[in-house]
Amino acid sequence: MDYEVLIIGAGMSGLAAGIRLAYYGKKVCIVEKHHRVGGLNSFYNRGGRRFDVGLHAMTNYVSANVRLAPLPKLLRQLKLKPEDFALCPQQMSIIKFPQKTLRFNNDFGFFVRDVIDNFPHQADNFQKLLRTVFEYDELNLYAKPVSAREVVCSTISDPILCDMIFCPLMFYGNAQENDMEFGQFVIMFKSIFCEGFARPRAGVRQILDVLVRKYKAYGGELKMRCAVKSLQCANGRVESVLLENGEIIRAEKVLSSAGYVETMKLLSDYDFSQLDSFAGQISFVECIFVLNRSPRDMGYNTTITFYNNSDRFYYRKPDKLVDVSSGVICCPNNFQFDQPLPEGMFRVTNLANFDLWNELSESEYKAQKAAWLEAILGEAVKFVPDFRDSIVYVDMFTPKTIQRFTDRVNGAVYGSPYKVKTGKTHLDNLFICGTDQGFLGIVGAMLSGISMANLHVLQKT
Amino acid sequence: MTRDQIKSVILEIIGQIIPDEDLSNLKGDIPIREQVELDSMDFLDIIMELRKRYGIEVPENDYPKLATLDGSVAYLEPLMKNL
Repeated sequence: MDYEVLIIGAGMSGLAAGIRLAYYGKKVCIVEKHHRVGGLNSFYNRGGRRFDVGLHAMTNYVSANVRLAPLPKLLRQLKLKPEDFALCPQQMSIIKFPQKTLRFNNDFGFFVRDVIDNFPHQADNFQKLLRTVFEYDELNLYAKPVSAREVVCSTISDPILCDMIFCPLMFYGNAQENDMEFGQFVIMFKSIFCEGFARPRAGVRQILDVLVRKYKAYGGELKMRCAVKSLQCANGRVESVLLENGEIIRAEKVLSSAGYVETMKLLSDYDFSQLDSFAGQISFVECIFVLNRSPRDMGYNTTITFYNNSDRFYYRKPDKLVDVSSGVICCPNNFQFDQPLPEGMFRVTNLANFDLWNELSESEYKAQKAAWLEAILGEAVKFVPDFRDSIVYVDMFTPKTIQRFTDRVNGAVYGSPYKVKTGKTHLDNLFICGTDQGFLGIVGAMLSGISMANLHVLQKT
Repeated sequence: MTRDQIKSVILEIIGQIIPDEDLSNLKGDIPIREQVELDSMDFLDIIMELRKRYGIEVPENDYPKLATLDGSVAYLEPLMKNL
Protein backbone atom coordinates (compact mmCIF):
# COMPACT_ATOMS: atom_id res chain seq x y z
CA MET A 1 0.00 0.00 0.00
CA ASP A 2 1.23 3.48 -0.88
CA TYR A 3 -1.09 5.29 1.52
CA GLU A 4 -3.55 4.50 4.27
CA VAL A 5 -5.90 7.13 2.85
CA LEU A 6 -6.03 8.80 -0.53
CA ILE A 7 -8.17 11.93 -0.72
CA ILE A 8 -9.48 13.15 -4.07
CA GLY A 9 -9.63 16.94 -4.20
CA ALA A 10 -7.86 19.67 -2.21
CA GLY A 11 -10.95 21.75 -1.50
CA MET A 12 -12.19 22.70 1.93
CA SER A 13 -13.43 19.20 2.79
CA GLY A 14 -10.45 17.30 1.42
CA LEU A 15 -7.96 19.53 3.23
CA ALA A 16 -9.88 19.35 6.51
CA ALA A 17 -10.09 15.56 6.29
CA GLY A 18 -6.39 15.48 5.45
CA ILE A 19 -5.45 17.54 8.50
CA ARG A 20 -7.36 15.18 10.82
CA LEU A 21 -5.77 12.10 9.32
CA ALA A 22 -2.25 13.49 9.10
CA TYR A 23 -2.40 14.78 12.68
CA TYR A 24 -3.26 11.31 13.94
CA GLY A 25 -0.37 9.77 12.07
CA LYS A 26 -2.14 8.33 9.04
CA LYS A 27 -0.15 8.13 5.86
CA VAL A 28 -2.32 10.34 3.70
CA CYS A 29 -2.13 11.91 0.26
CA ILE A 30 -4.41 14.44 -1.40
CA VAL A 31 -4.51 14.50 -5.19
CA GLU A 32 -5.75 17.71 -6.79
CA LYS A 33 -6.45 18.14 -10.49
CA HIS A 34 -5.74 21.87 -10.52
CA HIS A 35 -2.62 23.86 -9.92
CA ARG A 36 -4.55 25.64 -7.18
CA VAL A 37 -6.30 24.38 -4.06
CA GLY A 38 -9.85 25.32 -3.08
CA GLY A 39 -12.15 23.43 -5.46
CA LEU A 40 -15.52 25.15 -5.40
CA ASN A 41 -14.06 27.80 -3.10
CA SER A 42 -10.92 28.76 -4.89
CA PHE A 43 -9.48 32.01 -6.20
CA TYR A 44 -7.95 33.41 -9.37
CA ASN A 45 -6.04 36.39 -10.71
CA ARG A 46 -7.28 38.50 -13.57
CA GLY A 47 -6.34 41.95 -14.77
CA GLY A 48 -3.79 42.20 -11.98
CA ARG A 49 -6.48 41.63 -9.35
CA ARG A 50 -7.24 38.72 -7.10
CA PHE A 51 -10.76 37.34 -7.02
CA ASP A 52 -12.45 34.69 -4.93
CA VAL A 53 -14.48 32.14 -6.84
CA GLY A 54 -17.40 31.45 -4.61
CA LEU A 55 -16.99 33.25 -1.36
CA HIS A 56 -19.44 36.05 -0.62
CA ALA A 57 -19.31 35.51 3.09
CA MET A 58 -18.53 32.70 5.43
CA THR A 59 -21.59 31.61 7.37
CA ASN A 60 -21.61 30.19 10.92
CA TYR A 61 -19.80 33.15 12.45
CA VAL A 62 -19.93 33.18 16.24
CA SER A 63 -17.84 35.19 18.68
CA ALA A 64 -14.80 33.55 20.25
CA ASN A 65 -16.51 32.70 23.57
CA VAL A 66 -19.13 30.38 22.00
CA ARG A 67 -17.99 26.78 22.08
CA LEU A 68 -20.72 24.43 20.93
CA ALA A 69 -21.32 25.69 17.41
CA PRO A 70 -20.02 24.40 14.06
CA LEU A 71 -17.24 26.97 13.65
CA PRO A 72 -15.55 26.51 17.07
CA LYS A 73 -16.12 22.78 16.69
CA LEU A 74 -14.15 22.67 13.48
CA LEU A 75 -11.42 24.93 14.83
CA ARG A 76 -10.91 22.52 17.72
CA GLN A 77 -10.93 19.53 15.43
CA LEU A 78 -8.30 21.10 13.18
CA LYS A 79 -6.24 22.39 16.12
CA LEU A 80 -6.67 25.96 14.89
CA LYS A 81 -7.20 29.18 16.81
CA PRO A 82 -10.12 31.51 16.00
CA GLU A 83 -7.66 34.21 14.89
CA ASP A 84 -6.19 31.87 12.24
CA PHE A 85 -9.17 32.56 9.96
CA ALA A 86 -9.07 36.30 10.76
CA LEU A 87 -12.83 36.57 10.35
CA CYS A 88 -14.42 40.01 10.33
CA PRO A 89 -18.18 40.10 10.96
CA GLN A 90 -20.72 41.57 8.54
CA GLN A 91 -22.53 44.88 9.01
CA MET A 92 -26.13 44.28 7.95
CA SER A 93 -27.80 42.13 5.33
CA ILE A 94 -31.25 42.41 3.85
CA ILE A 95 -33.87 40.29 2.13
CA LYS A 96 -35.76 42.54 -0.24
CA PHE A 97 -39.04 41.46 -1.80
CA PRO A 98 -41.63 43.66 -3.55
CA GLN A 99 -43.90 43.50 -0.51
CA LYS A 100 -41.44 43.63 2.39
CA THR A 101 -37.83 44.03 3.47
CA LEU A 102 -36.27 42.01 6.28
CA ARG A 103 -32.93 42.86 7.85
CA PHE A 104 -30.52 40.64 9.74
CA ASN A 105 -27.05 40.92 11.22
CA ASN A 106 -25.06 38.59 13.47
CA ASP A 107 -27.41 39.18 16.41
CA PHE A 108 -30.21 36.66 16.07
CA GLY A 109 -32.55 38.64 18.35
CA PHE A 110 -32.42 41.52 15.90
CA PHE A 111 -33.69 39.30 13.07
CA VAL A 112 -36.47 37.83 15.21
CA ARG A 113 -37.68 41.32 16.14
CA ASP A 114 -37.50 42.45 12.52
CA VAL A 115 -39.60 39.48 11.37
CA ILE A 116 -42.19 40.17 14.06
CA ASP A 117 -42.26 43.92 13.30
CA ASN A 118 -42.83 43.22 9.61
CA PHE A 119 -45.19 40.30 10.05
CA PRO A 120 -46.98 40.92 13.37
CA HIS A 121 -49.68 38.37 12.55
CA GLN A 122 -47.04 35.69 12.11
CA ALA A 123 -45.31 36.29 15.45
CA ASP A 124 -46.65 33.12 17.12
CA ASN A 125 -46.14 31.04 14.02
CA PHE A 126 -42.56 32.26 13.67
CA GLN A 127 -41.82 31.38 17.31
CA LYS A 128 -43.30 27.96 16.65
CA LEU A 129 -41.01 27.53 13.64
CA LEU A 130 -38.03 28.51 15.80
CA ARG A 131 -38.95 25.81 18.32
CA THR A 132 -39.16 23.23 15.52
CA VAL A 133 -35.77 24.36 14.21
CA PHE A 134 -34.09 24.18 17.61
CA GLU A 135 -35.59 20.80 18.50
CA TYR A 136 -34.45 19.19 15.26
CA ASP A 137 -31.26 17.12 15.26
CA GLU A 138 -29.83 18.23 11.93
CA LEU A 139 -26.59 16.34 12.48
CA ASN A 140 -28.25 12.93 12.60
CA LEU A 141 -26.76 11.22 9.57
CA TYR A 142 -29.54 8.63 9.52
CA ALA A 143 -32.59 10.94 9.56
CA LYS A 144 -35.24 10.47 6.88
CA PRO A 145 -35.47 13.39 4.42
CA VAL A 146 -38.39 15.74 5.12
CA SER A 147 -39.63 18.57 2.88
CA ALA A 148 -38.75 21.94 4.39
CA ARG A 149 -41.49 23.63 2.33
CA GLU A 150 -44.03 21.39 4.01
CA VAL A 151 -42.72 22.03 7.50
CA VAL A 152 -42.25 25.78 7.10
CA CYS A 153 -45.41 26.50 5.12
CA SER A 154 -47.56 24.45 7.48
CA THR A 155 -46.24 26.56 10.36
CA ILE A 156 -46.13 30.01 8.76
CA SER A 157 -49.31 30.91 6.92
CA ASP A 158 -48.00 33.94 5.01
CA PRO A 159 -46.34 32.64 1.82
CA ILE A 160 -44.31 35.86 1.46
CA LEU A 161 -42.63 35.32 4.82
CA CYS A 162 -41.98 31.66 3.89
CA ASP A 163 -40.33 32.75 0.65
CA MET A 164 -38.30 35.44 2.39
CA ILE A 165 -36.92 32.95 4.91
CA PHE A 166 -36.10 30.44 2.18
CA CYS A 167 -34.43 32.95 -0.15
CA PRO A 168 -31.01 33.37 1.53
CA LEU A 169 -30.95 29.76 2.75
CA MET A 170 -31.50 28.42 -0.75
CA PHE A 171 -29.10 30.81 -2.49
CA TYR A 172 -26.32 29.96 -0.05
CA GLY A 173 -26.52 26.20 -0.09
CA ASN A 174 -29.40 24.35 -1.66
CA ALA A 175 -28.91 21.80 -4.42
CA GLN A 176 -32.59 21.03 -4.80
CA GLU A 177 -35.01 22.93 -7.03
CA ASN A 178 -38.07 24.56 -5.40
CA ASP A 179 -37.74 22.75 -2.09
CA MET A 180 -35.10 21.94 0.46
CA GLU A 181 -34.49 19.02 2.76
CA PHE A 182 -35.54 20.08 6.27
CA GLY A 183 -32.28 19.02 7.92
CA GLN A 184 -30.46 21.17 5.38
CA PHE A 185 -32.90 24.00 6.08
CA VAL A 186 -32.08 23.81 9.79
CA ILE A 187 -28.34 23.81 9.12
CA MET A 188 -28.63 26.83 6.83
CA PHE A 189 -31.10 28.66 9.10
CA LYS A 190 -28.74 28.36 12.05
CA SER A 191 -25.63 29.16 10.04
CA ILE A 192 -27.09 32.33 8.47
CA PHE A 193 -29.73 33.71 10.85
CA CYS A 194 -28.76 32.37 14.30
CA GLU A 195 -25.01 32.63 13.72
CA GLY A 196 -24.02 34.93 10.90
CA PHE A 197 -21.76 36.20 8.16
CA ALA A 198 -18.08 37.07 8.32
CA ARG A 199 -15.18 37.29 5.92
CA PRO A 200 -11.42 37.29 6.20
CA ARG A 201 -10.02 40.53 4.79
CA ALA A 202 -7.82 38.48 2.45
CA GLY A 203 -10.79 36.42 1.30
CA VAL A 204 -10.83 32.67 0.81
CA ARG A 205 -7.04 32.49 0.45
CA GLN A 206 -6.73 33.18 4.17
CA ILE A 207 -8.62 29.99 4.97
CA LEU A 208 -6.95 27.88 2.30
CA ASP A 209 -3.44 29.00 3.25
CA VAL A 210 -4.06 28.05 6.87
CA LEU A 211 -5.40 24.63 5.90
CA VAL A 212 -2.59 23.81 3.48
CA ARG A 213 0.08 24.92 5.94
CA LYS A 214 -1.45 22.86 8.74
CA TYR A 215 -1.87 19.79 6.56
CA LYS A 216 1.74 19.89 5.43
CA ALA A 217 3.03 20.60 8.93
CA TYR A 218 1.41 17.36 10.10
CA GLY A 219 3.12 15.43 7.34
CA GLY A 220 0.33 15.22 4.77
CA GLU A 221 1.29 14.88 1.14
CA LEU A 222 -0.32 17.09 -1.50
CA LYS A 223 0.00 16.36 -5.21
CA MET A 224 -1.10 19.23 -7.44
CA ARG A 225 -2.02 18.97 -11.14
CA CYS A 226 -2.74 15.37 -10.49
CA ALA A 227 -6.12 14.31 -11.87
CA VAL A 228 -7.64 10.92 -11.18
CA LYS A 229 -8.44 9.06 -14.39
CA SER A 230 -10.22 6.07 -12.91
CA LEU A 231 -10.74 3.97 -9.83
CA GLN A 232 -9.99 0.30 -10.42
CA CYS A 233 -12.33 -1.93 -8.45
CA ALA A 234 -12.46 -5.58 -7.52
CA ASN A 235 -14.31 -7.55 -4.86
CA GLY A 236 -16.41 -4.58 -3.81
CA ARG A 237 -13.38 -2.42 -3.13
CA VAL A 238 -11.27 0.20 -4.81
CA GLU A 239 -8.07 -1.68 -5.54
CA SER A 240 -6.07 1.15 -7.03
CA VAL A 241 -6.31 4.67 -8.33
CA LEU A 242 -5.10 5.44 -11.83
CA LEU A 243 -3.95 9.01 -12.39
CA GLU A 244 -4.08 10.87 -15.70
CA ASN A 245 -0.27 10.88 -15.75
CA GLY A 246 -0.25 7.07 -15.76
CA GLU A 247 0.80 6.67 -12.15
CA ILE A 248 -1.03 4.06 -10.08
CA ILE A 249 -1.65 4.67 -6.40
CA ARG A 250 -2.81 2.06 -3.92
CA ALA A 251 -4.56 3.13 -0.74
CA GLU A 252 -6.50 1.27 1.94
CA LYS A 253 -9.27 3.85 1.84
CA VAL A 254 -10.33 6.50 -0.65
CA LEU A 255 -12.17 9.63 0.40
CA SER A 256 -13.56 11.54 -2.56
CA SER A 257 -14.64 15.16 -2.50
CA ALA A 258 -15.17 15.23 -6.28
CA GLY A 259 -18.96 14.87 -5.95
CA TYR A 260 -21.10 11.74 -5.93
CA VAL A 261 -21.92 11.53 -9.63
CA GLU A 262 -18.43 12.69 -10.51
CA THR A 263 -16.87 10.00 -8.32
CA MET A 264 -19.09 7.23 -9.68
CA LYS A 265 -18.04 8.22 -13.19
CA LEU A 266 -14.46 7.40 -12.21
CA LEU A 267 -15.35 3.79 -11.48
CA SER A 268 -14.15 1.38 -14.11
CA ASP A 269 -17.25 -0.80 -14.00
CA TYR A 270 -20.14 1.50 -13.19
CA ASP A 271 -23.50 1.61 -14.93
CA PHE A 272 -23.85 5.29 -15.87
CA SER A 273 -27.48 5.03 -16.97
CA GLN A 274 -28.86 5.58 -13.49
CA LEU A 275 -26.63 8.55 -12.72
CA ASP A 276 -28.43 11.33 -14.58
CA SER A 277 -31.22 11.68 -12.05
CA PHE A 278 -28.64 12.30 -9.33
CA ALA A 279 -27.03 15.24 -11.12
CA GLY A 280 -27.66 18.67 -9.65
CA GLN A 281 -29.28 21.39 -11.77
CA ILE A 282 -28.67 24.50 -9.70
CA SER A 283 -25.99 26.75 -11.11
CA PHE A 284 -25.26 30.44 -11.25
CA VAL A 285 -23.73 33.28 -13.16
CA GLU A 286 -21.70 35.69 -11.15
CA CYS A 287 -20.65 39.20 -12.17
CA ILE A 288 -17.87 40.91 -10.28
CA PHE A 289 -17.67 44.68 -10.60
CA VAL A 290 -14.59 46.52 -9.41
CA LEU A 291 -15.26 50.20 -8.69
CA ASN A 292 -13.13 53.31 -8.45
CA ARG A 293 -14.86 54.34 -5.24
CA SER A 294 -16.09 52.60 -2.18
CA PRO A 295 -19.77 51.59 -1.83
CA ARG A 296 -19.73 53.31 1.55
CA ASP A 297 -19.00 56.64 -0.17
CA MET A 298 -22.18 56.05 -2.15
CA GLY A 299 -24.04 55.66 1.12
CA TYR A 300 -24.30 51.89 0.88
CA ASN A 301 -23.44 49.95 4.04
CA THR A 302 -25.28 46.68 3.50
CA THR A 303 -23.16 43.53 3.37
CA ILE A 304 -25.43 41.20 1.41
CA THR A 305 -28.71 41.93 -0.36
CA PHE A 306 -30.93 39.00 -1.28
CA TYR A 307 -33.54 40.27 -3.69
CA ASN A 308 -36.62 38.97 -5.38
CA ASN A 309 -38.67 40.93 -7.90
CA SER A 310 -41.59 38.67 -8.66
CA ASP A 311 -44.74 37.83 -6.70
CA ARG A 312 -43.23 34.59 -5.46
CA PHE A 313 -39.63 33.40 -5.09
CA TYR A 314 -38.64 30.65 -7.53
CA TYR A 315 -35.44 28.77 -6.85
CA ARG A 316 -34.93 26.56 -9.86
CA LYS A 317 -33.01 26.12 -13.08
CA PRO A 318 -34.38 28.95 -15.24
CA ASP A 319 -35.81 28.33 -18.72
CA LYS A 320 -33.58 31.06 -20.08
CA LEU A 321 -29.84 31.65 -19.70
CA VAL A 322 -30.16 33.73 -16.54
CA ASP A 323 -32.97 34.52 -14.13
CA VAL A 324 -32.61 38.14 -13.03
CA SER A 325 -35.92 38.15 -11.15
CA SER A 326 -34.02 37.15 -8.04
CA GLY A 327 -30.40 37.28 -6.99
CA VAL A 328 -27.74 38.04 -4.42
CA ILE A 329 -25.68 41.22 -4.31
CA CYS A 330 -22.63 40.99 -2.11
CA CYS A 331 -20.48 43.94 -1.17
CA PRO A 332 -17.16 42.53 0.09
CA ASN A 333 -16.19 45.98 1.39
CA ASN A 334 -18.98 46.03 3.93
CA PHE A 335 -17.53 43.78 6.57
CA GLN A 336 -16.06 45.17 9.76
CA PHE A 337 -12.44 45.21 8.58
CA ASP A 338 -9.85 47.13 10.56
CA GLN A 339 -8.56 48.52 7.24
CA PRO A 340 -10.79 49.12 4.20
CA LEU A 341 -10.27 47.01 1.07
CA PRO A 342 -8.22 48.79 -1.61
CA GLU A 343 -11.09 48.96 -4.13
CA GLY A 344 -14.85 48.99 -4.11
CA MET A 345 -16.59 45.86 -5.30
CA PHE A 346 -19.99 44.37 -5.96
CA ARG A 347 -20.60 40.72 -6.72
CA VAL A 348 -23.96 39.81 -8.23
CA THR A 349 -25.14 36.20 -8.39
CA ASN A 350 -28.14 34.91 -10.33
CA LEU A 351 -29.60 31.49 -11.11
CA ALA A 352 -28.56 30.25 -14.54
CA ASN A 353 -29.16 27.36 -16.91
CA PHE A 354 -26.10 25.23 -17.63
CA ASP A 355 -27.47 23.48 -20.72
CA LEU A 356 -28.35 26.73 -22.46
CA TRP A 357 -24.94 28.25 -21.77
CA ASN A 358 -23.21 25.05 -22.78
CA GLU A 359 -24.79 24.76 -26.21
CA LEU A 360 -23.78 28.27 -27.37
CA SER A 361 -21.05 28.69 -29.95
CA GLU A 362 -18.02 30.65 -28.87
CA SER A 363 -19.17 33.91 -30.47
CA GLU A 364 -22.75 33.51 -29.17
CA TYR A 365 -21.39 32.76 -25.73
CA LYS A 366 -19.46 36.04 -25.71
CA ALA A 367 -22.41 38.01 -27.02
CA GLN A 368 -24.79 36.49 -24.49
CA LYS A 369 -22.39 37.18 -21.66
CA ALA A 370 -22.24 40.85 -22.64
CA ALA A 371 -26.01 41.10 -23.03
CA TRP A 372 -26.79 39.42 -19.71
CA LEU A 373 -24.20 41.50 -17.94
CA GLU A 374 -26.22 44.58 -18.88
CA ALA A 375 -29.49 42.95 -17.80
CA ILE A 376 -28.00 41.88 -14.48
CA LEU A 377 -26.58 45.35 -13.87
CA GLY A 378 -29.88 46.98 -14.73
CA GLU A 379 -31.63 44.84 -12.15
CA ALA A 380 -28.95 45.14 -9.46
CA VAL A 381 -28.95 48.93 -9.40
CA LYS A 382 -32.59 48.85 -8.33
CA PHE A 383 -31.33 47.55 -4.99
CA VAL A 384 -27.97 49.24 -4.53
CA PRO A 385 -26.79 52.74 -5.52
CA ASP A 386 -26.29 53.05 -9.28
CA PHE A 387 -22.57 52.30 -9.57
CA ARG A 388 -22.48 51.96 -13.36
CA ASP A 389 -20.35 55.07 -13.91
CA SER A 390 -17.77 53.88 -11.34
CA ILE A 391 -16.91 50.50 -12.83
CA VAL A 392 -13.22 50.04 -13.65
CA TYR A 393 -13.15 46.29 -14.20
CA VAL A 394 -15.67 43.50 -14.76
CA ASP A 395 -15.35 39.77 -14.63
CA MET A 396 -18.18 37.33 -15.17
CA PHE A 397 -18.40 33.58 -14.88
CA THR A 398 -21.15 31.26 -16.05
CA PRO A 399 -22.21 27.66 -15.26
CA LYS A 400 -19.90 26.63 -18.09
CA THR A 401 -16.94 28.33 -16.40
CA ILE A 402 -17.77 26.59 -13.13
CA GLN A 403 -17.96 23.23 -14.85
CA ARG A 404 -14.68 23.78 -16.64
CA PHE A 405 -12.77 24.62 -13.47
CA THR A 406 -14.42 22.34 -10.93
CA ASP A 407 -15.53 19.39 -13.09
CA ARG A 408 -18.94 19.52 -11.45
CA VAL A 409 -21.65 18.07 -13.66
CA ASN A 410 -23.87 20.93 -14.95
CA GLY A 411 -21.69 23.42 -13.07
CA ALA A 412 -23.88 22.55 -10.09
CA VAL A 413 -22.05 24.32 -7.27
CA TYR A 414 -24.15 22.68 -4.56
CA GLY A 415 -23.85 19.26 -6.12
CA SER A 416 -26.50 16.57 -6.25
CA PRO A 417 -29.90 17.14 -4.60
CA TYR A 418 -29.53 13.67 -3.10
CA LYS A 419 -26.96 13.81 -0.34
CA VAL A 420 -25.01 10.79 0.88
CA LYS A 421 -25.03 11.78 4.54
CA THR A 422 -23.26 8.69 5.83
CA GLY A 423 -20.60 9.14 3.13
CA LYS A 424 -20.86 5.44 2.26
CA THR A 425 -20.89 4.11 -1.26
CA HIS A 426 -21.50 0.59 -2.60
CA LEU A 427 -17.74 0.03 -2.31
CA ASP A 428 -16.36 -0.89 1.12
CA ASN A 429 -13.41 1.48 1.13
CA LEU A 430 -14.73 4.41 -0.94
CA PHE A 431 -16.37 7.31 0.86
CA ILE A 432 -17.83 10.66 -0.18
CA CYS A 433 -17.05 13.91 1.61
CA GLY A 434 -17.77 17.55 0.82
CA THR A 435 -20.69 19.01 -1.08
CA ASP A 436 -22.43 15.73 -1.86
CA GLN A 437 -22.11 14.38 1.65
CA GLY A 438 -24.44 17.17 2.61
CA PHE A 439 -22.83 19.80 4.82
CA LEU A 440 -22.59 22.89 2.63
CA GLY A 441 -20.82 26.20 2.70
CA ILE A 442 -17.20 26.66 3.68
CA VAL A 443 -17.69 25.70 7.31
CA GLY A 444 -20.00 22.87 6.29
CA ALA A 445 -17.51 21.52 3.78
CA MET A 446 -14.72 21.47 6.36
CA LEU A 447 -17.02 19.78 8.88
CA SER A 448 -17.93 17.23 6.25
CA GLY A 449 -14.30 16.32 5.70
CA ILE A 450 -13.72 16.14 9.44
CA SER A 451 -16.80 13.99 10.11
CA MET A 452 -16.07 11.56 7.32
CA ALA A 453 -12.41 11.22 8.33
CA ASN A 454 -13.54 10.57 11.91
CA LEU A 455 -16.34 8.17 11.03
CA HIS A 456 -14.71 6.07 8.35
CA VAL A 457 -11.04 6.18 9.21
CA LEU A 458 -10.16 7.28 12.73
CA GLN A 459 -12.95 5.41 14.54
CA LYS A 460 -12.36 2.26 12.54
CA THR A 461 -8.77 1.47 13.29
CA MET B 1 1.70 4.39 35.03
CA THR B 2 -0.26 4.58 38.24
CA ARG B 3 -3.98 5.33 38.38
CA ASP B 4 -3.21 8.90 39.42
CA GLN B 5 -0.81 9.37 36.54
CA ILE B 6 -3.37 7.99 34.09
CA LYS B 7 -5.97 10.36 35.50
CA SER B 8 -3.72 13.35 35.06
CA VAL B 9 -2.90 12.28 31.50
CA ILE B 10 -6.62 12.19 30.68
CA LEU B 11 -7.19 15.57 32.31
CA GLU B 12 -4.24 16.99 30.45
CA ILE B 13 -5.63 15.73 27.12
CA ILE B 14 -9.09 17.16 27.87
CA GLY B 15 -7.46 20.42 28.89
CA GLN B 16 -5.69 20.57 25.57
CA ILE B 17 -8.96 20.08 23.68
CA ILE B 18 -10.95 22.62 25.72
CA PRO B 19 -8.32 24.93 27.22
CA ASP B 20 -10.69 27.48 28.75
CA GLU B 21 -12.70 25.00 30.81
CA ASP B 22 -12.02 24.51 34.55
CA LEU B 23 -11.36 20.80 35.11
CA SER B 24 -10.34 20.94 38.77
CA ASN B 25 -13.79 19.97 40.06
CA LEU B 26 -14.48 17.19 37.57
CA LYS B 27 -16.25 14.35 39.39
CA GLY B 28 -15.02 10.85 38.64
CA ASP B 29 -18.33 9.01 38.59
CA ILE B 30 -20.39 11.38 36.43
CA PRO B 31 -20.05 11.33 32.61
CA ILE B 32 -17.43 13.88 31.60
CA ARG B 33 -19.69 15.28 28.90
CA GLU B 34 -22.33 16.16 31.51
CA GLN B 35 -19.83 18.27 33.41
CA VAL B 36 -17.96 20.13 30.70
CA GLU B 37 -18.87 21.24 27.20
CA LEU B 38 -17.40 18.41 25.22
CA ASP B 39 -19.14 17.09 22.12
CA SER B 40 -18.81 13.68 20.52
CA MET B 41 -16.10 14.95 18.18
CA ASP B 42 -14.07 16.21 21.13
CA PHE B 43 -14.62 12.90 22.90
CA LEU B 44 -13.21 11.07 19.88
CA ASP B 45 -10.13 13.27 20.15
CA ILE B 46 -9.41 12.00 23.66
CA ILE B 47 -9.28 8.48 22.29
CA MET B 48 -7.27 9.53 19.24
CA GLU B 49 -4.78 11.39 21.42
CA LEU B 50 -4.27 8.28 23.59
CA ARG B 51 -3.48 6.32 20.47
CA LYS B 52 -1.18 8.99 19.11
CA ARG B 53 0.77 9.32 22.34
CA TYR B 54 0.78 5.79 23.74
CA GLY B 55 -0.35 3.56 20.88
CA ILE B 56 -3.44 2.50 22.82
CA GLU B 57 -6.21 1.09 20.62
CA VAL B 58 -9.72 1.55 21.95
CA PRO B 59 -12.28 -0.31 19.81
CA GLU B 60 -15.39 1.71 18.91
CA ASN B 61 -17.59 -0.58 21.02
CA ASP B 62 -15.62 0.27 24.14
CA TYR B 63 -16.06 4.06 23.82
CA PRO B 64 -18.93 4.12 26.36
CA LYS B 65 -16.58 2.68 29.01
CA LEU B 66 -14.59 5.90 28.84
CA ALA B 67 -17.57 8.14 29.50
CA THR B 68 -16.55 8.93 33.10
CA LEU B 69 -13.13 9.77 34.48
CA ASP B 70 -13.22 6.74 36.85
CA GLY B 71 -14.35 4.48 34.00
CA SER B 72 -11.52 5.75 31.79
CA VAL B 73 -8.90 5.13 34.47
CA ALA B 74 -10.22 1.63 35.15
CA TYR B 75 -10.30 0.82 31.44
CA LEU B 76 -6.88 2.24 30.68
CA GLU B 77 -5.06 0.92 33.77
CA PRO B 78 -4.23 -2.53 32.36
CA LEU B 79 -3.28 -0.95 29.02
CA MET B 80 -1.03 1.72 30.53
CA LYS B 81 0.48 0.04 33.58
CA ASN B 82 3.68 -0.83 31.76
CA LEU B 83 4.21 2.58 30.19
